[in-house]
Amino acid sequence: MFTLAKRNLFHDKLRLAVTLTGIVFAVVLIVIELGLFVGFTRTTSALIDHSHVDLWVTSSHVPYLELGVPMNERKLYQVEAVPGIAGVEKYIVRYSRWNRLDGGQDQIQVVGFDPDRNWGGPWNVVEGDVRDLKIPDGVMVDDVYKKKLGVSRIGEVFEINGHRARVVGFTHDIRSFTTSPCVFTSFRNALDYVPIEGNQTTYLLVKAEAGADLETVRQNILERVEGVDVLTSAEFSHLTQRYWTFTTGAGIAILLGAILGLLVGFVVVAQTIYATTMDHLKEFGTLKAMGAPNRYVREVILVQAIIAAVLGYALGMLISGFVVHFGQPAGAPIVMNWWMATAALVITLTMCAGASLISINKVTRLDPATVFKG
Amino acid sequence: MNTAILVRDVTKTYAEGAGSVSALRGVDLEVRRGEMVMLVGPSGSGKTTLLSIMGCILSATAGTVVIDGEQVSRLPESELPRVRRDHMGFVFQGFNLFPTLSAAENVGLMLDVKGIRGPQARKQSYELLDSVGLADKFDTSPANLSGGQKQRVAIARALAGDPGIILADEPTAALDSHTGRSVMEMLKSLAHERGRAVVVVTHDPRVVEFGDRAIRIEDGLIASQESKK
Repeated sequence: MFTLAKRNLFHDKLRLAVTLTGIVFAVVLIVIELGLFVGFTRTTSALIDHSHVDLWVTSSHVPYLELGVPMNERKLYQVEAVPGIAGVEKYIVRYSRWNRLDGGQDQIQVVGFDPDRNWGGPWNVVEGDVRDLKIPDGVMVDDVYKKKLGVSRIGEVFEINGHRARVVGFTHDIRSFTTSPCVFTSFRNALDYVPIEGNQTTYLLVKAEAGADLETVRQNILERVEGVDVLTSAEFSHLTQRYWTFTTGAGIAILLGAILGLLVGFVVVAQTIYATTMDHLKEFGTLKAMGAPNRYVREVILVQAIIAAVLGYALGMLISGFVVHFGQPAGAPIVMNWWMATAALVITLTMCAGASLISINKVTRLDPATVFKG
Repeated sequence: MNTAILVRDVTKTYAEGAGSVSALRGVDLEVRRGEMVMLVGPSGSGKTTLLSIMGCILSATAGTVVIDGEQVSRLPESELPRVRRDHMGFVFQGFNLFPTLSAAENVGLMLDVKGIRGPQARKQSYELLDSVGLADKFDTSPANLSGGQKQRVAIARALAGDPGIILADEPTAALDSHTGRSVMEMLKSLAHERGRAVVVVTHDPRVVEFGDRAIRIEDGLIASQESKK
C-alpha cells in the first residue's frame, strides 16, 4: 500500500511539484504569520512581563500600558503605607521625540525607572550597565534600532524633547511592536524627556512582602488610595495584549493571514490530490474489484497525502527558517519555537488529510463493476 | 469435482428511466473445480453481468449465488470484498495493471490486499511470475511489457493468495491470435492441472474450444450449452 501511494505521488513530477508548492506556501504563511502573531503579542507586553513586580497601580480605567494617565506622586506614599507591601517605585512610559545627529526626528517610547532596583528596566543588556543610567543624561537603546535612531556607539549625545541624552549602553532584542523604539532611562531623567509634571508618575510598581496575599494587598490599596486601579502584572499584560491584538485589529489581520495560507494550501492540495486520484481511478476500481476493502483504498490516498504533507512541511520549515533568520535584523518580531513547529506539523498533516477526504469520498463510492466496462 | 460456483434462478434488473431492463432472467449455472467454462454470446446478452454476479461485484436482483459453499447472495455489500479477496482472482480485458508499479509489485499489491507482506510476499511474487514464465521481468514496468506479457502478469496477480476461482473477462481481446492462444492455454492449465474453477467471458470464437463447456447466453437466458466431455 505504501509503495502504491508513493508511486502514485511521485509518478507525475509536475503534479508533485504543484502539490508541494501548495503545501510549502501554506506552511510558510502559517509559520510566519503565527510567529508574527506570537511575537507581536509578546512584544506588546514585554515591559510588563519583564518588570519583576507583583502589582501595577494605574490611574482609573487605563486600557493599556502606553496610555498611562499621570497621577500625583503622593499616591506613592499612600501605597507605601499599605500593609503587606515590600516596596513601591514610580514608573514612566510615555512617547517623546528623539533628535538624530543628522537633524531628523523619530518618535520613541521613554521608559523611566529606578536603576537601583531595576523594576521595569531593561533586560538583555549587551553593552554598558543599568547603573550607568543614574548619570543625569544617561539613556540605553536597543541595538536593533541603532540605525533607526542614528546611534553607533556608547558616548554619543542626542536630544530627547529638547534635553541632552547620552547613550550609556545597549540592550539586545527589546523590540517595539509600534515604530517607536524603547529608550530606557532613570525616572529622574524621564521627567525631562516627556511632557509630565515633576511631581507626577504614570505608574506605581509594587512588590508585595514574601507570602503576602496579593488579593488582600490589592483590596487594601484600593481602600486607601482613591482614583486608581490595581492590576497584577499578569492582568495588565493580558489587558495590553488584548488591546493591541484585538481592539486595534492588528492581531486579527495577522491571524487572518495565517488562515488565508491554510485555506489556499487546503484548496491546492485538495485539487492536486483529487486530480491524482482521478488519474488513477481505474486502478482504484481494479483494487476494489480484486477485493480491497474501502479501508485499504482510503489508506492509500491518506498515505499519499501524508507523504506530501511531510515533504511540504520540511521544505516549508526550511524556507520559514530563512525568513525568520533574515527577518529578525529588519525588526520583525517573528517567534519560531518547538511548539510552533509542532503545531505547524499538526496543522499541515490535518490540512492534507482533510484535503484528501474529497478524493477518499470519490473512491469509496466508486463501483468496482466499472472494471468490466472495457 | 467440487462445486465452486452455484447460480440458481438469478435475475438482474437495471432501472432505466421510468422503466427497467432485465439483464439476466432466471439463470442456473454450476461451475466445478478443475473445470474451465466459457461464457459466450452477443454484446448485451448478459454474460458480463453474470460474470460480475459470480464475482460478487454485482448483486443479483433475485436468486441464489453460492461461492465455495457460502451463500453470498444474502450477504451485506460490505462483506463482498472479503469473498472476492478470499476466493477469487480476476483477469481483465485491458489487463488493468498498475502502471506505476513493476510486474512484481503488481503481484505483490494483490498479496498486500490479502495481508501477505514482507519477504514472504516478495518470494511469492517471484514464484507467481516464474509460474507464468516471467521471472526475468520481475522489476519491469508494465509499459515495457508486450500485451501477452501484461496479461500473464495479470494472471500471476489473479493467482496471488491462491484463490479457487479465476474469472476472466475477454482475456484475449487485446491480444493477437498467437498470444491469445498461449494465454488461454495458461488458463486451461490452471483449471486442469491446478484444480481451479475458471470462467471466461469471450466474444472470440477461436478461443471457445479451450473450454470444457461453452455456455451461450442470449437475452439474459442460457440459450445453449455445449460440453466437450
